[in-house]
Amino acid sequence: MTQALLNLPPRVRAGEVFEVRALIAHPMETGLRTGPDGGTVPRNIIAQFRCTYDGVDVFRATLHPAITANPYLAFFVRATRSGPLECIWTDERGEAQRARAMVTVE
Amino acid sequence: MNTPARRLWLVRVGGLACSLAVTPAGATRDGMLAQIARFTGGASPRSGKVEMTLPEIVENGNSVPVTVTVPSPMTEREHVRRIAVFTEKNPHPGVIEVFLGPTAGRAQVSFRMRMADSQQVSAVAELSDGSFWIATLDVVVALAACLE
Repeated sequence: MTQALLNLPPRVRAGEVFEVRALIAHPMETGLRTGPDGGTVPRNIIAQFRCTYDGVDVFRATLHPAITANPYLAFFVRATRSGPLECIWTDERGEAQRARAMVTVE
Repeated sequence: MNTPARRLWLVRVGGLACSLAVTPAGATRDGMLAQIARFTGGASPRSGKVEMTLPEIVENGNSVPVTVTVPSPMTEREHVRRIAVFTEKNPHPGVIEVFLGPTAGRAQVSFRMRMADSQQVSAVAELSDGSFWIATLDVVVALAACLE
């Protein structure tokens, strides 16, 4: 059950800077919202995002409650060689979701 | 009676309702400046270099597209280390903190944020030479994200 989407160009040239777009389904509960029972819905947001390319960290982000539900992130990576690009989203309950895509360098 | 004044009144009353619905703990200009100071380690960032794109008038504060770009060659010697975005009147001033390096190729990040009120938004970047740069925009929010 994957709820994460990872979008990158099908092929890139070596040295090319390409865009990575990452989207995940997550409510990003701020802890400020009142639930149906009248109580506060406990806070649980994706606080950490990490992207590795060929085993090396290329992008990292700390998110706060001001990031929307189903957080979307777009950033850039410089292509070196063909290899896996992996994104990991970790929420405040410690649940981690991963998405993986292959970077194909021509 | 669909005059601009009436619209503004609706925006203001809507904003007031939102600010009453939540307890805006860190929702002050000082709160934002304190967070920026924590990010920079006390240094005052200079204006410039950072380019922030977001709508000047936001219809729906629940999802505001933001792009922050810092022109940089992104080499080992000269790159952007961190980018962070702060708000003035959201319950928590911090929005996002991004860590970059030469492997990023371009110092640019896009995301969507919630905005609880019409307010200032600041983007701060730390370069590899240790300097800090800031860009600040005033944003008008018509429908606030009450639940932020």
